Amino acid sequence: MSADGVWVYAIIRGAGAEDRVSGLRGVAGEPVHLIVSDELAAVVGVVDLDEYGQDALRRNLEDLDWVAQKARAHDAVITAVARSGSVIPVRMATVYLDDGHVRTLLENRRDDFEATLSRLCGRAELGVKVYADPKQLLTADSEQDDGGMRTGTAYLMRRRQQLASHEEAYRAAAVEADRIHTTLMRYAVDGRRKPPPDRSLSGRDEMTVLNGTYLVDSDAVGLFRETVAALGMSTGRLSLETTGPWPPYSFAGEPVSE
Amino acid sequence: MTVGDDSLVPRGYGGAVSNPQPANLGDILERVLDKGIVIAGDIKVNLLDIELLTIKLRLVVASLETAREVGIDWWENDPWLTGKKSNLELENERLRARLERLEQGDGQRRAVSGRAAEYEDER
Repeated sequence: MSADGVWVYAIIRGAGAEDRVSGLRGVAGEPVHLIVSDELAAVVGVVDLDEYGQDALRRNLEDLDWVAQKARAHDAVITAVARSGSVIPVRMATVYLDDGHVRTLLENRRDDFEATLSRLCGRAELGVKVYADPKQLLTADSEQDDGGMRTGTAYLMRRRQQLASHEEAYRAAAVEADRIHTTLMRYAVDGRRKPPPDRSLSGRDEMTVLNGTYLVDSDAVGLFRETVAALGMSTGRLSLETTGPWPPYSFAGEPVSE
Repeated sequence: MTVGDDSLVPRGYGGAVSNPQPANLGDILERVLDKGIVIAGDIKVNLLDIELLTIKLRLVVASLETAREVGIDWWENDPWLTGKKSNLELENERLRARLERLEQGDGQRRAVSGRAAEYEDER
């Protein structure tokens, strides 16, 4: 006989919460429901510990197909809940052994959660990535002086020059990325730069010079996107990409160290 | 309810700046695995597992050409990628070693990530 666990998706305000989760299905296809404590509610689903228990999770998190499917399902629930109001997204694969522990969590951190929900209310997260294409960054002459130079010294000189121009080009791109981030911060409530995703992720030569994410008032999302578009037009050498609006994953709270 | 509203609905669609695709897996994982509030559930999942997973994901998503260029060609034999069961610990060791190599070899990426002054030889 297998035991059940409680998968937590998000924390929301209790008022109107039933309507907000009605009809939603979670990572295991289970109906999403609430665990309520005072003014707060945890958005949860009952999951089988055979698949979501400690050992099973360790195993399953190594399975890309499993992770992909569950990540999308987890995100879908949070996104659906975010449509109707403020939400604190909970990191994927947070599982409790019974409802009481979730209630205790809501009680213990009530003030913290209330403050976060107020801060995130009416706001959404937008991601902005800025890519630099090394080929476009380089000046024409450094590409053209290939012909004829065959000696070792000439090679080294050319190589040094190439590196110098690479360096300069990337420095310029980084400066431009800083400028873009600074500008976007003016249109956002909050924002941060994340480490660039691994270069191999894109499978392209382009490098991510900015991986920013911004908390934006919902009614300013259009303006923010227009700003990104304008910045994109003002730079010939970099390309900009936005994602979102997302639920405020990156602004839900500081990670709690264990 | 009006807060949040419709602007949250079709992610990646609409708006002045085009991002016509729905959210890709990398973008989702970057948020659901790394972000969201971290609360201590009863079931502890070692974060290291998640890091390894992310690394694997990156490598899987990498174009084979790009990967070959930087000398990664081990996937044909990797049990995780070929779907065979494997000894996790061994696999983890190998991945850690690979990560170190990748980090050492990928000075270009690190150089641009916010430390404009420190440039290394691009490989």
